Amino acid sequence: MEMIRTENLVYEYEKHDDEGNVVGMQRAIDDVGLHIKPGQFIAILGHNGSGKSTLAKHMNAILVPTGGTMWVDGKDTKKEENLWDVRQSAGMVFQNPDNQIIATVVEEDVGFGPENLGVPTEEIWERVEESLKSVGMLEYRHRSPNKLSGGQKQRVAIAGVVAMHPKCIVLDEPTAMLDPNGRKDVLRTVHRLHEQEHVTVILITHYMEEVVDADHVIVMDHGKIVMQGTPREIFSKVETLKEYRLDVPQVTMLAHELKKRGLPIKDGILRREELVEELCRLN
Amino acid sequence: MIRDITIGQYYPANSIIHRLDPRVKIVCTLIYMISLFVINNVCGYALALLFLVFVIKASGVPFKFIVKGLKPIVVLLLITVLFNLFLTGTGTILFQAGFLKITDQGLRTAVFMAVRLVFLIMGASIMTFTTTPNALTDGIEKLLHPLNKIKVPVHEVAMMMSIALRFIPILLEETDKIMKAQIARGADFESGNIIQRAKSMIPILVPLFVSAFRRANDLALAMEARCYRGGEGRTKMKPLLYKNRDYMAYAGMILYTIAVVIVGRVLSFHVWIF
Repeated sequence: MEMIRTENLVYEYEKHDDEGNVVGMQRAIDDVGLHIKPGQFIAILGHNGSGKSTLAKHMNAILVPTGGTMWVDGKDTKKEENLWDVRQSAGMVFQNPDNQIIATVVEEDVGFGPENLGVPTEEIWERVEESLKSVGMLEYRHRSPNKLSGGQKQRVAIAGVVAMHPKCIVLDEPTAMLDPNGRKDVLRTVHRLHEQEHVTVILITHYMEEVVDADHVIVMDHGKIVMQGTPREIFSKVETLKEYRLDVPQVTMLAHELKKRGLPIKDGILRREELVEELCRLN
Repeated sequence: MIRDITIGQYYPANSIIHRLDPRVKIVCTLIYMISLFVINNVCGYALALLFLVFVIKASGVPFKFIVKGLKPIVVLLLITVLFNLFLTGTGTILFQAGFLKITDQGLRTAVFMAVRLVFLIMGASIMTFTTTPNALTDGIEKLLHPLNKIKVPVHEVAMMMSIALRFIPILLEETDKIMKAQIARGADFESGNIIQRAKSMIPILVPLFVSAFRRANDLALAMEARCYRGGEGRTKMKPLLYKNRDYMAYAGMILYTIAVVIVGRVLSFHVWIF
C-alpha cells in the first residue's frame, strides 16, 4: 500500500479583492497525482506560489481537497472520522520554529503530541527520550526553547513529531528561516531519521542543494507537477528548471556551462567530487 | 532593557522547591500573600522575611534574579509609599514643611505597604521561577477542576495561559526589533509630550499586532497538526501526584500560619512606631 496517494487532487479557494468581494476562484493545486511508497525520501521543489505548501497541508488534513481524493496510509483525508489517524500517520514540521513550539521546556514540548494521543505517562517519557536522542538534542531537554538557536529549535520541532511515531514526516520548508549551519544540522537530522528509523520523508523546499540526496524529486509550478524523477534526471535539465524559476546547485550549473562550451562532461552532476572526477577523466 | 522583565521566566535548577507539586506552590503562595496583609506588626514581618529567605535559599535561585523581578513595580512602589506617607492625616505629626506633613501612622502604613508589596512580588516570583509555566497551568487546571461541573472551560483557559506565557518573551523581542527598525527609519519615541509619544507608538503596535495574529494562526495549525483536540482523552507527561515532600510542605505552611497567628497575638509589641 502506498504511504500517500492522490488522484486528480484539486484545491481551489475564493480570491477576494480589497473590499472582500469574491472576484474568482484560484486553483492552488491543479490535478495532482502522487504515489509515494513507504520508506521513500521525496523532495518537492517549487517557486513561491507553486502550490507546494498547499499540497503539504493536505497530507496532514489541515486542508482537504475541493476535488479529487488524497489517501494517507490508505485513509481518505476528506472523511471526518479519519482526521486524527491521518494526523498521526503524517507528522508535520512547519517553517517558523518559534511558532510551532508550544511548551516552555524542550522535553514538555516533545511530550505534547503523545499527550494529545492519550499515550500512557511512562511511555510518553520513553518516547520523549528516544526522539530527543534521535535528533541529537537530548542534552537540551531541560532548556527553554527561547534560548536555542533556530536549527536547534527546528530539531526540537522534529523530535516533537517523531515522538508521535508517525509513518511519514512532512517538512514544509523547515530550513527557510535558518542560517547555513542550522540548515545543515536539520538536513542531517532528517536524513538520519530516514535511514535509521525508515520513516517516509517528504521535504518541501526551494533550496536545490537540499534535494540532491532524495530518492525522488517532484517539481511543481502553478499547482501542477511539471517534472519528476531522480535528482540526476531533474538536474540534467538545467534549462527547463530555469523556466520554472528554480536555481540549480552551483556545481551543476558550472558543469552545465562547461558542457555548453564544448567540454564532454555528463549531464546532471550533483556533487563537487563528481565534477572533479569528471574533469580529471578528461586528461 | 526590554528583556529584563523576569516574571513568567523559569529558572532551571533541581532544588526541593522546584520539585514540589505546583498545586502546593500555588496554595502556599496564596496563603503567604494573605498572611502579608494580615500581619501588622514588626515581629510578624520578621517572620515573613525569615520564611521568604528560607524559601529563596532552598530554591537555589540567585537573589539578584528575584530582585530583578521588582524593577517593573518600582514606580508603583514609589507612588504607594509617597501617597501613604504624605496623605495620611491621622496620628501625631513627626515632620511638617508647608502643607506636607508626615505623621507616625502615615510612616507606619507607608513602610508596611512597601514591605508588603516587595515580599508579595518576591514570593510570587519564587513560584514562577521554580515552576515551569506548563506545570503552573497544570496546577491551576487541577485546582480549578471542580469548576468543570458548572461548565467553566478550565482546560482551555489553562492552555491559553500557558501559551500566553510562552509568547511573552518572543513578543518582547519582537517589540524590540520593530522599535529598532522604526528608529532606523527615523521614528522618534523619545521627544514630545505624552500624547505625541503615545501617538508615536502606533508604528510599533500595528506591526506587532499583525505579527501576533500571524503567530497565533501558525501556532493553532501546529497544535492541530500534532493532534490537539482539547482536554478530553489527553494524558499527562507529568501528571500531578502528591508525594511525601508535598505533604511536608503543606505541614510547613500550616506551621508558618500558626506562627503568624501566635506572633500576632503574643509578640505584638511595637518597636518605636512599628
